[in-house]
Amino acid sequence: MTVSTVGVPAPSELPAAGPAFGGAGSSRFKRAGNYVALIPFHAYVGLFLLFPTLVVAIGAFTTNKGQLTLDNIGAVFATKAFIDSFAVSIQLAVVTALIGAILGALLSWAVVRGNPNGALRQLVVAACGVLAQFGGVMLTFAFLAFVGYEGMLTLFIRDNITHTRMDMSWVYSLTGLIMLYAYFQIPLMLIVFLPSLDGLRQEWYDASASLGGGAWSFWRHVGGPILAPSFLGALLLLFTNAFSAYATAQALISQGCGLVTQQIACQIQSEVMIGRENVGKALALGMIIIVATVMLLYAYIQRRASRWVK
Amino acid sequence: MKMKARMLIAVAAMSVVVGACGGSATPTAAPTTAPTAGAATAAPTAAAVDWKTATSAGAGGVDAVCAAGKAEGTLNTIALPPDWANYGQMMTDFTAKYGIKIANDQPDVDSQTEINTAKQLAGTGRQPDVFDLAPVVAAANVDMYAAYQPVVWKDIPDANKEATGLWVNNYSGFMSIGYDSSLGDIKTMADLKDPKYKGKIALNGDPLKASAGFNGVVMAALANGGSADNIQPGIDFFKALAESGNFIPVDPAPTTIASGQTPIVLDWAYNNGSQIDPLNKKGIAWKVTIPSDAPPVASWYVATINKDAAHPAAARCWAEYIYSDAGQNTWLKGFAIPVRVAAMTTAGTIDKAAQAALNPPATAPVLLTSAQIDAAKALLTSGWNFITIK
Repeated sequence: MTVSTVGVPAPSELPAAGPAFGGAGSSRFKRAGNYVALIPFHAYVGLFLLFPTLVVAIGAFTTNKGQLTLDNIGAVFATKAFIDSFAVSIQLAVVTALIGAILGALLSWAVVRGNPNGALRQLVVAACGVLAQFGGVMLTFAFLAFVGYEGMLTLFIRDNITHTRMDMSWVYSLTGLIMLYAYFQIPLMLIVFLPSLDGLRQEWYDASASLGGGAWSFWRHVGGPILAPSFLGALLLLFTNAFSAYATAQALISQGCGLVTQQIACQIQSEVMIGRENVGKALALGMIIIVATVMLLYAYIQRRASRWVK
Repeated sequence: MKMKARMLIAVAAMSVVVGACGGSATPTAAPTTAPTAGAATAAPTAAAVDWKTATSAGAGGVDAVCAAGKAEGTLNTIALPPDWANYGQMMTDFTAKYGIKIANDQPDVDSQTEINTAKQLAGTGRQPDVFDLAPVVAAANVDMYAAYQPVVWKDIPDANKEATGLWVNNYSGFMSIGYDSSLGDIKTMADLKDPKYKGKIALNGDPLKASAGFNGVVMAALANGGSADNIQPGIDFFKALAESGNFIPVDPAPTTIASGQTPIVLDWAYNNGSQIDPLNKKGIAWKVTIPSDAPPVASWYVATINKDAAHPAAARCWAEYIYSDAGQNTWLKGFAIPVRVAAMTTAGTIDKAAQAALNPPATAPVLLTSAQIDAAKALLTSGWNFITIK
């Protein structure tokens, strides 16, 4: 619309050869207009994604005085605690991504089988939309209020069933973190996976059935291969989501720098160990590399998946 | 900690003083004539004082600084938890007395974040005007402070201040155990191993991040055969407590104490002490003890003025207030030991009831040297971890 107001002739005003010429011309203008419209987005991405990434990357290779060095990167590889924190974070991310993906996919399947306009579906989808973002201190608080040492469930079981104080120390361990992360991983899976399931057509099932296929052969030859890329893509997204989480874990386990995100915080906001900001940036660069690899994989898989979802 | 603070700060301050000598010689040499010295060509009125560079209250005294501060309207503070060393009272009293509002940003952050925030917000008018810093951070950022000597300068022992007033120790405290006394009676660190305290013990802050947490581990080491040279027994002590489920890795706060989530807290006596009254009102009999099976562990905090303060006069008025008799007694009432305690005891201006309630131990506190702190940090980096791979 904006293009025609700046004086580009409408296709009908053009000479006989017009359509091709006019189409190309207006689309060139349109493309320029599109770029203009994208400026705020690019500025946003540049300011809040590329610029910080650059700051981290430069910081990782410089000393506090700004000279080039490999010491920060060296420190990451030389310090067992740093390597361990990557290992713990990756383990946590893999386990919670698998739990989230499998349970979330089953939940999505249950939702898809129901009435597409039913109240249950609306409710589940809306609830998942909220819960997928319900992380951080609030989630941890709710979790502890439920199963902490003084949690509602803990006290209920103590008062009515066991009558002794229970050992809830598992809450403050990797097990507790995994359970906690499941609260946002499963709903996130539903949100990203539901559209793919919706894309599965009844006709395909009918066609498979009319050729004598049962449920197994449908999933083996039709449903499975179609959904596999979206499932794997969602799995990677969940991995990244858990890998980069900080506030939830920090609120639950405030002691020690166990996860790599916590390890970075220990380097940059300590009043005991100072001048280690750039080691923190080297750790952050390690995270960026891992996440970037995963996201490239995700983009590739998504491109394959979108063939079917269209 | 105290010794370390002094040494480090002395070294760092020395280099700054040497560098700054040429420029700031006159102001420090003429504290009583600062208004005229600071504004040679202007009329010698109080309004002509450039508070950004004033190194003392000058001829106008505290009233002049605080009147100028009132004109500025606001004091930007950062990282002052109202329940830390009675800071809530300090801030309320200051505003009531001088009519300067306090904008207290991020009350619960650590010292390094104070410095980071000051750098990020520099020039916005929202940057902190004053800092309250842990010694290690204070020593590392001396170039960010303005030299200022409050009127009570002579009362402050030389070991507790930088010669030109770039930094001054404000209060210290002992490491303590605060606990809900309905659980039992805790006198020693060894008492904490009792199975009845399962899931109840917390340490204020990660020792790799927070000074309070760090000194808690030092205290545990001293109680378990460790020494200032070797804090490993302290790490092992907490590991064993975590193993038995007694120690939980939660960061304690007034809310976690009130809700019963962390009914036993290792923290500075001035933090644990400030919980007594609020918890009493909620029916919890909170007690504070300095464990008898370890020598006492203490550390100073450091007050400084941001040289790029948005409200330089208000910042200097705040410094005058915290070192005044009223300010020092406010800390004492919060179980912190103010830096002018000796002079005020001599002068009889100390709050005797508050001093008696504080009941400091007779033994001299243990102080870690710089090298000992570095060794402790290395041990903590590899050993202080509560999430492990399964």
